[in-house]
Amino acid sequence: MVFSHRPDILLFTVFSGNKMTEKSSKKKATAAKAARKKPVKKKKHFDVSFYHDWCKACGICMAFCPQKIIKADKNGKPGIVNADKCVGCRFCEIHCPDFAITVSERKQKKGASDV
Amino acid sequence: MPIPAQALRHEYLRHNKKFPHVWCPGCGNGIVMGALLRAVSRLEIDKDEIVLASGIGCSGRMPTYLDFNTLHTTHGRALTFATGVKLANPSMNVIAIMGDGDSTAIGGNHFIHAARRNLNLTAIIINNSIYGMTGGQYSPTTPFGSKSTTSVYGHIEHAFSIAELAVTAGASFVARATVYHADLIDRLIEQAINKRGFAVVEVISNCHIQYGRRNKLGGAVDMLTSFKEQAVSVSRAEKMSHEELEGKTTIGVLADREIPISTEEYKKVREQARAQKEKV
Repeated sequence: MVFSHRPDILLFTVFSGNKMTEKSSKKKATAAKAARKKPVKKKKHFDVSFYHDWCKACGICMAFCPQKIIKADKNGKPGIVNADKCVGCRFCEIHCPDFAITVSERKQKKGASDV
Repeated sequence: MPIPAQALRHEYLRHNKKFPHVWCPGCGNGIVMGALLRAVSRLEIDKDEIVLASGIGCSGRMPTYLDFNTLHTTHGRALTFATGVKLANPSMNVIAIMGDGDSTAIGGNHFIHAARRNLNLTAIIINNSIYGMTGGQYSPTTPFGSKSTTSVYGHIEHAFSIAELAVTAGASFVARATVYHADLIDRLIEQAINKRGFAVVEVISNCHIQYGRRNKLGGAVDMLTSFKEQAVSVSRAEKMSHEELEGKTTIGVLADREIPISTEEYKKVREQARAQKEKV
Protein backbone atom coordinates (compact mmCIF):
# COMPACT_ATOMS: atom_id res chain seq x y z
CA MET A 1 0.00 0.00 0.00
CA VAL A 2 1.18 3.39 -0.91
CA PHE A 3 -0.11 6.37 0.93
CA SER A 4 -0.37 9.83 -0.45
CA HIS A 5 -1.89 13.10 0.57
CA ARG A 6 -3.98 13.17 -2.64
CA PRO A 7 -6.88 10.70 -2.75
CA ASP A 8 -6.88 10.19 -6.55
CA ILE A 9 -3.23 9.23 -6.64
CA LEU A 10 -3.72 6.94 -3.71
CA LEU A 11 -6.46 5.18 -5.56
CA PHE A 12 -4.39 4.70 -8.66
CA THR A 13 -1.35 3.42 -6.87
CA VAL A 14 -3.33 1.02 -4.78
CA PHE A 15 -5.02 -0.37 -7.88
CA SER A 16 -1.85 -0.81 -9.90
CA GLY A 17 -0.06 -2.29 -6.92
CA ASN A 18 -2.73 -4.91 -6.48
CA LYS A 19 -2.60 -5.86 -10.16
CA MET A 20 1.13 -6.34 -10.01
CA THR A 21 1.03 -8.66 -7.05
CA GLU A 22 -1.79 -10.69 -8.61
CA LYS A 23 0.15 -11.19 -11.80
CA SER A 24 3.38 -12.22 -10.12
CA SER A 25 1.64 -14.64 -7.81
CA LYS A 26 -0.11 -16.27 -10.80
CA LYS A 27 3.20 -16.64 -12.58
CA LYS A 28 4.74 -18.23 -9.53
CA ALA A 29 1.85 -20.68 -9.22
CA THR A 30 2.06 -21.82 -12.84
CA ALA A 31 5.82 -22.21 -12.58
CA ALA A 32 5.43 -24.29 -9.44
CA LYS A 33 2.78 -26.43 -11.15
CA ALA A 34 5.02 -27.06 -14.14
CA ALA A 35 7.90 -27.98 -11.88
CA ARG A 36 5.70 -30.45 -10.03
CA LYS A 37 4.33 -32.02 -13.20
CA LYS A 38 7.57 -32.98 -14.93
CA PRO A 39 11.18 -32.47 -14.05
CA VAL A 40 12.99 -30.10 -16.36
CA LYS A 41 14.62 -32.19 -19.05
CA LYS A 42 17.84 -31.01 -20.54
CA LYS A 43 17.58 -30.87 -24.33
CA LYS A 44 19.81 -33.39 -26.05
CA HIS A 45 22.15 -32.00 -28.64
CA PHE A 46 23.47 -33.92 -31.61
CA ASP A 47 26.44 -33.47 -33.88
CA VAL A 48 26.16 -34.39 -37.55
CA SER A 49 29.43 -35.04 -39.30
CA PHE A 50 29.81 -35.42 -43.05
CA TYR A 51 32.55 -37.40 -44.71
CA HIS A 52 32.79 -35.30 -47.86
CA ASP A 53 35.32 -37.58 -49.57
CA TRP A 54 32.67 -40.29 -49.87
CA CYS A 55 29.68 -38.00 -50.50
CA LYS A 56 28.23 -37.95 -54.03
CA ALA A 57 25.80 -35.07 -53.40
CA CYS A 58 22.64 -37.08 -54.12
CA GLY A 59 20.59 -34.72 -51.95
CA ILE A 60 18.60 -37.32 -49.96
CA CYS A 61 19.74 -35.96 -46.57
CA MET A 62 18.89 -32.36 -47.52
CA ALA A 63 15.45 -33.20 -48.91
CA PHE A 64 14.17 -35.38 -46.06
CA CYS A 65 15.63 -33.62 -42.99
CA PRO A 66 12.59 -32.91 -40.76
CA GLN A 67 14.21 -29.77 -39.34
CA LYS A 68 15.52 -28.59 -42.74
CA ILE A 69 18.92 -27.80 -41.27
CA ILE A 70 21.06 -29.58 -43.88
CA LYS A 71 21.92 -27.25 -46.73
CA ALA A 72 24.15 -27.60 -49.77
CA ASP A 73 27.44 -25.79 -50.06
CA LYS A 74 28.82 -24.49 -53.35
CA ASN A 75 29.75 -28.02 -54.51
CA GLY A 76 26.27 -29.37 -53.76
CA LYS A 77 27.56 -31.31 -50.78
CA PRO A 78 25.71 -31.07 -47.49
CA GLY A 79 26.60 -28.98 -44.49
CA ILE A 80 24.70 -28.22 -41.31
CA VAL A 81 23.38 -24.72 -40.69
CA ASN A 82 21.97 -24.88 -37.17
CA ALA A 83 23.33 -27.89 -35.28
CA ASP A 84 21.38 -27.10 -32.08
CA LYS A 85 18.09 -27.69 -33.89
CA CYS A 86 18.92 -31.34 -34.74
CA VAL A 87 16.48 -33.73 -33.06
CA GLY A 88 18.62 -36.83 -33.63
CA CYS A 89 16.17 -38.81 -35.76
CA ARG A 90 19.10 -40.22 -37.79
CA PHE A 91 17.10 -40.28 -41.02
CA CYS A 92 20.08 -38.83 -42.89
CA GLU A 93 22.47 -41.37 -41.39
CA ILE A 94 20.47 -44.49 -42.26
CA HIS A 95 19.42 -43.22 -45.71
CA CYS A 96 22.89 -42.15 -46.82
CA PRO A 97 23.85 -44.67 -49.53
CA ASP A 98 27.52 -43.81 -49.15
CA PHE A 99 28.03 -44.16 -45.37
CA ALA A 100 29.09 -40.52 -45.35
CA ILE A 101 26.98 -39.21 -42.45
CA THR A 102 27.40 -39.94 -38.76
CA VAL A 103 25.06 -38.53 -36.13
CA SER A 104 26.35 -38.63 -32.58
CA GLU A 105 25.12 -37.29 -29.29
CA ARG A 106 27.05 -34.22 -28.23
CA LYS A 107 29.23 -34.81 -25.21
CA GLN A 108 30.01 -32.13 -22.71
CA LYS A 109 33.45 -30.70 -23.19
CA LYS A 110 36.03 -31.67 -20.61
CA GLY A 111 36.39 -29.13 -17.87
CA ALA A 112 33.23 -27.28 -18.81
CA SER A 113 31.48 -28.33 -15.60
CA ASP A 114 34.42 -27.22 -13.44
CA VAL A 115 34.03 -23.57 -14.31
CA MET B 1 19.63 -46.67 -30.94
CA PRO B 2 21.13 -47.42 -34.36
CA ILE B 3 24.80 -48.24 -34.72
CA PRO B 4 26.69 -45.17 -36.00
CA ALA B 5 27.67 -45.29 -39.68
CA GLN B 6 31.27 -44.56 -38.71
CA ALA B 7 31.48 -47.78 -36.66
CA LEU B 8 29.92 -49.83 -39.49
CA ARG B 9 32.38 -48.31 -41.96
CA HIS B 10 35.37 -49.38 -39.88
CA GLU B 11 34.05 -52.79 -38.89
CA TYR B 12 32.46 -54.24 -42.02
CA LEU B 13 33.82 -52.53 -45.15
CA ARG B 14 36.94 -53.77 -46.86
CA HIS B 15 39.69 -51.28 -46.30
CA ASN B 16 41.63 -52.15 -49.45
CA LYS B 17 38.75 -51.31 -51.82
CA LYS B 18 38.16 -48.01 -53.50
CA PHE B 19 35.51 -45.85 -51.91
CA PRO B 20 33.05 -44.20 -52.55
CA HIS B 21 31.45 -47.24 -54.17
CA VAL B 22 30.60 -47.49 -57.88
CA TRP B 23 26.83 -47.08 -57.54
CA CYS B 24 25.23 -43.90 -58.85
CA PRO B 25 24.54 -40.99 -56.47
CA GLY B 26 21.41 -41.78 -54.43
CA CYS B 27 21.26 -45.47 -55.44
CA GLY B 28 19.16 -47.67 -53.17
CA ASN B 29 21.81 -50.41 -53.15
CA GLY B 30 23.88 -48.36 -50.70
CA ILE B 31 20.89 -47.98 -48.38
CA VAL B 32 20.26 -51.74 -48.46
CA MET B 33 23.96 -52.40 -47.77
CA GLY B 34 23.77 -50.13 -44.73
CA ALA B 35 20.62 -51.91 -43.52
CA LEU B 36 22.26 -55.32 -43.94
CA LEU B 37 25.27 -54.20 -41.91
CA ARG B 38 23.10 -52.78 -39.13
CA ALA B 39 21.12 -56.03 -38.98
CA VAL B 40 24.30 -58.15 -38.83
CA SER B 41 25.90 -55.96 -36.19
CA ARG B 42 22.74 -55.98 -34.06
CA LEU B 43 22.60 -59.79 -34.25
CA GLU B 44 26.27 -59.90 -33.18
CA ILE B 45 27.17 -62.61 -35.66
CA ASP B 46 30.86 -63.06 -36.27
CA LYS B 47 32.04 -61.82 -39.67
CA ASP B 48 33.58 -65.22 -40.46
CA GLU B 49 30.28 -67.01 -39.92
CA ILE B 50 28.51 -65.18 -42.73
CA VAL B 51 28.64 -66.11 -46.40
CA LEU B 52 27.37 -63.50 -48.83
CA ALA B 53 26.71 -64.69 -52.38
CA SER B 54 25.69 -62.47 -55.25
CA GLY B 55 25.03 -62.74 -58.96
CA ILE B 56 25.68 -60.23 -61.68
CA GLY B 57 24.31 -56.71 -61.79
CA CYS B 58 24.52 -53.59 -59.70
CA SER B 59 23.66 -55.56 -56.57
CA GLY B 60 26.45 -58.00 -57.46
CA ARG B 61 28.99 -55.37 -56.48
CA MET B 62 27.99 -55.61 -52.84
CA PRO B 63 30.18 -58.60 -51.82
CA THR B 64 33.18 -56.77 -53.23
CA TYR B 65 32.90 -54.14 -50.54
CA LEU B 66 31.90 -56.24 -47.54
CA ASP B 67 34.33 -58.04 -45.30
CA PHE B 68 32.43 -61.36 -44.99
CA ASN B 69 33.10 -64.69 -46.74
CA THR B 70 31.91 -63.59 -50.15
CA LEU B 71 31.09 -65.13 -53.51
CA HIS B 72 30.58 -63.11 -56.68
CA THR B 73 29.03 -65.70 -58.97
CA THR B 74 27.57 -66.00 -62.46
CA HIS B 75 24.35 -64.33 -63.55
CA GLY B 76 21.31 -65.68 -61.70
CA ARG B 77 23.22 -68.35 -59.82
CA ALA B 78 23.64 -66.67 -56.45
CA LEU B 79 21.11 -69.01 -54.84
CA THR B 80 22.68 -72.04 -56.50
CA PHE B 81 26.08 -71.30 -55.02
CA ALA B 82 24.45 -70.40 -51.70
CA THR B 83 22.69 -73.78 -51.68
CA GLY B 84 26.02 -75.52 -52.25
CA VAL B 85 27.69 -73.63 -49.41
CA LYS B 86 24.79 -74.36 -47.06
CA LEU B 87 24.82 -78.10 -47.85
CA ALA B 88 28.58 -78.29 -47.40
CA ASN B 89 28.60 -76.36 -44.14
CA PRO B 90 25.16 -75.98 -42.52
CA SER B 91 26.55 -73.98 -39.59
CA MET B 92 27.18 -70.95 -41.83
CA ASN B 93 24.73 -68.06 -42.11
CA VAL B 94 24.29 -67.86 -45.87
CA ILE B 95 22.85 -64.71 -47.40
CA ALA B 96 22.21 -64.40 -51.14
CA ILE B 97 21.88 -60.90 -52.48
CA MET B 98 20.27 -60.50 -55.89
CA GLY B 99 18.65 -58.02 -58.19
CA ASP B 100 15.25 -58.42 -59.79
CA GLY B 101 16.58 -59.58 -63.15
CA ASP B 102 19.12 -61.81 -61.46
CA SER B 103 16.58 -63.58 -59.23
CA THR B 104 13.46 -63.75 -61.38
CA ALA B 105 14.58 -63.75 -65.00
CA ILE B 106 17.79 -65.70 -65.49
CA GLY B 107 17.67 -67.26 -62.03
CA GLY B 108 13.90 -67.65 -61.90
CA ASN B 109 13.90 -71.42 -61.63
CA HIS B 110 16.62 -71.41 -59.01
CA PHE B 111 14.58 -68.95 -56.99
CA ILE B 112 11.28 -70.85 -56.97
CA HIS B 113 12.96 -74.18 -56.34
CA ALA B 114 15.11 -72.81 -53.53
CA ALA B 115 11.87 -71.55 -51.94
CA ARG B 116 10.19 -74.93 -52.48
CA ARG B 117 13.18 -76.87 -51.13
CA ASN B 118 13.23 -74.66 -48.03
CA LEU B 119 16.90 -74.60 -47.12
CA ASN B 120 17.92 -72.37 -44.24
CA LEU B 121 18.97 -69.42 -46.45
CA THR B 122 18.32 -65.71 -46.54
CA ALA B 123 17.63 -64.09 -49.90
CA ILE B 124 17.65 -60.33 -50.21
CA ILE B 125 16.22 -59.16 -53.52
CA ILE B 126 16.73 -55.56 -54.56
CA ASN B 127 13.96 -54.77 -57.02
CA ASN B 128 14.62 -51.66 -59.10
CA SER B 129 12.32 -52.66 -62.00
CA ILE B 130 15.07 -52.66 -64.63
CA TYR B 131 18.42 -54.09 -65.68
CA GLY B 132 20.43 -51.10 -64.53
CA MET B 133 24.03 -52.15 -65.12
CA THR B 134 23.64 -53.55 -68.63
CA GLY B 135 21.99 -50.42 -70.00
CA GLY B 136 18.35 -50.23 -68.98
CA GLN B 137 16.68 -53.21 -70.66
CA TYR B 138 13.28 -54.28 -69.32
CA SER B 139 13.20 -56.93 -66.63
CA PRO B 140 10.35 -59.19 -65.39
CA THR B 141 9.37 -56.54 -62.85
CA THR B 142 9.20 -53.57 -65.24
CA PRO B 143 5.64 -52.21 -64.92
CA PHE B 144 3.23 -52.34 -67.87
CA GLY B 145 3.53 -49.34 -70.18
CA SER B 146 6.83 -48.00 -68.83
CA LYS B 147 9.75 -47.19 -71.08
CA SER B 148 13.18 -48.80 -71.21
CA THR B 149 15.87 -49.17 -73.88
CA THR B 150 14.19 -52.34 -75.19
CA SER B 151 10.65 -50.98 -74.88
CA VAL B 152 10.86 -47.44 -76.22
CA TYR B 153 7.13 -47.24 -76.99
CA GLY B 154 6.08 -48.62 -73.63
CA HIS B 155 6.36 -52.09 -72.15
CA ILE B 156 3.72 -54.54 -73.41
CA GLU B 157 4.19 -57.28 -70.80
CA HIS B 158 2.92 -57.34 -67.24
CA ALA B 159 5.17 -57.31 -64.20
CA PHE B 160 5.02 -59.91 -61.52
CA SER B 161 5.38 -59.48 -57.82
CA ILE B 162 8.47 -61.19 -56.39
CA ALA B 163 7.26 -61.40 -52.80
CA GLU B 164 3.94 -62.99 -53.75
CA LEU B 165 5.75 -65.46 -56.02
CA ALA B 166 7.89 -66.48 -53.05
CA VAL B 167 4.80 -66.92 -50.84
CA THR B 168 3.24 -69.21 -53.45
CA ALA B 169 6.48 -71.11 -54.02
CA GLY B 170 6.54 -72.02 -50.33
CA ALA B 171 9.17 -69.86 -48.62
CA SER B 172 8.94 -69.83 -44.81
CA PHE B 173 9.42 -66.10 -44.41
CA VAL B 174 8.55 -63.43 -46.96
CA ALA B 175 8.74 -59.69 -46.36
CA ARG B 176 8.80 -56.56 -48.42
CA ALA B 177 10.04 -53.02 -47.80
CA THR B 178 11.09 -50.00 -49.82
CA VAL B 179 14.35 -48.09 -49.55
CA TYR B 180 12.49 -45.14 -48.03
CA HIS B 181 11.69 -47.37 -45.05
CA ALA B 182 15.34 -48.12 -44.28
CA ASP B 183 14.81 -48.94 -40.61
CA LEU B 184 12.12 -51.43 -41.62
CA ILE B 185 14.58 -53.14 -43.99
CA ASP B 186 17.08 -53.80 -41.25
CA ARG B 187 14.40 -55.13 -38.88
CA LEU B 188 13.14 -57.45 -41.62
CA ILE B 189 16.66 -58.65 -42.51
CA GLU B 190 17.26 -59.32 -38.82
CA GLN B 191 14.09 -61.44 -38.66
CA ALA B 192 15.00 -63.18 -41.93
CA ILE B 193 18.48 -64.18 -40.70
CA ASN B 194 17.00 -65.46 -37.43
CA LYS B 195 14.31 -67.43 -39.26
CA ARG B 196 14.90 -71.16 -39.71
CA GLY B 197 13.99 -71.79 -43.33
CA PHE B 198 14.07 -69.98 -46.65
CA ALA B 199 13.58 -66.27 -45.95
CA VAL B 200 13.01 -63.70 -48.68
CA VAL B 201 13.21 -59.95 -48.20
CA GLU B 202 12.22 -57.96 -51.26
CA VAL B 203 13.36 -54.36 -51.23
CA ILE B 204 11.79 -51.95 -53.71
CA SER B 205 14.66 -49.73 -54.81
CA ASN B 206 15.15 -46.76 -57.08
CA CYS B 207 17.03 -46.68 -60.37
CA HIS B 208 16.59 -43.04 -61.22
CA ILE B 209 19.34 -43.15 -63.85
CA GLN B 210 18.10 -45.96 -66.12
CA TYR B 211 14.44 -46.24 -65.13
CA GLY B 212 13.45 -42.93 -63.57
CA ARG B 213 14.93 -40.73 -66.26
CA ARG B 214 13.23 -42.58 -69.15
CA ASN B 215 9.87 -42.55 -67.39
CA LYS B 216 10.17 -38.97 -66.13
CA LEU B 217 10.01 -39.98 -62.48
CA GLY B 218 12.65 -37.49 -61.35
CA GLY B 219 15.79 -38.08 -59.31
CA ALA B 220 16.53 -40.15 -56.24
CA VAL B 221 14.64 -37.80 -53.93
CA ASP B 222 11.47 -37.84 -56.08
CA MET B 223 11.52 -41.61 -56.38
CA LEU B 224 11.97 -42.05 -52.62
CA THR B 225 9.05 -39.67 -52.03
CA SER B 226 6.88 -41.72 -54.39
CA PHE B 227 7.80 -44.91 -52.48
CA LYS B 228 6.68 -43.18 -49.30
CA GLU B 229 3.32 -42.32 -50.87
CA GLN B 230 2.78 -45.73 -52.48
CA ALA B 231 3.68 -47.86 -49.47
CA VAL B 232 0.87 -49.36 -47.39
CA SER B 233 1.52 -51.57 -44.36
CA VAL B 234 0.17 -55.14 -44.37
CA SER B 235 -2.28 -54.45 -41.53
CA ARG B 236 -3.71 -51.40 -43.32
CA ALA B 237 -3.86 -53.18 -46.67
CA GLU B 238 -6.15 -55.86 -45.20
CA LYS B 239 -8.83 -53.25 -44.57
CA MET B 240 -8.54 -51.68 -48.02
CA SER B 241 -10.54 -52.74 -51.07
CA HIS B 242 -9.03 -54.15 -54.25
CA GLU B 243 -9.55 -50.85 -56.13
CA GLU B 244 -7.88 -48.80 -53.40
CA LEU B 245 -4.80 -51.02 -53.51
CA GLU B 246 -4.26 -50.32 -57.21
CA GLY B 247 -0.76 -48.87 -57.64
CA LYS B 248 0.14 -49.37 -53.98
CA THR B 249 2.94 -51.47 -52.51
CA THR B 250 2.27 -53.60 -49.45
CA ILE B 251 5.17 -53.51 -46.99
CA GLY B 252 5.86 -55.63 -43.96
CA VAL B 253 5.87 -59.37 -43.27
CA LEU B 254 3.74 -61.15 -45.90
CA ALA B 255 4.30 -64.73 -44.73
CA ASP B 256 5.86 -66.28 -41.63
CA ARG B 257 5.32 -70.00 -41.19
CA GLU B 258 7.07 -73.06 -39.79
CA ILE B 259 8.04 -75.59 -42.46
CA PRO B 260 10.56 -78.42 -41.88
CA ILE B 261 13.87 -77.43 -43.41
CA SER B 262 15.73 -79.45 -45.98
CA THR B 263 19.09 -79.96 -44.21
CA GLU B 264 17.42 -81.36 -41.07
CA GLU B 265 15.17 -83.69 -43.05
CA TYR B 266 18.20 -84.96 -44.94
CA LYS B 267 19.97 -85.62 -41.64
CA LYS B 268 17.00 -87.70 -40.49
CA VAL B 269 17.07 -89.74 -43.72
CA ARG B 270 20.79 -90.37 -43.26
CA GLU B 271 20.33 -91.57 -39.68
CA GLN B 272 17.46 -93.84 -40.73
CA ALA B 273 19.50 -95.38 -43.51
CA ARG B 274 22.49 -95.90 -41.21
CA ALA B 275 20.30 -97.61 -38.59
CA GLN B 276 18.87 -99.96 -41.23
CA LYS B 277 22.35 -100.84 -42.45
CA GLU B 278 23.51 -101.67 -38.92
CA LYS B 279 20.54 -104.04 -38.49
CA VAL B 280 21.55 -105.97 -41.59
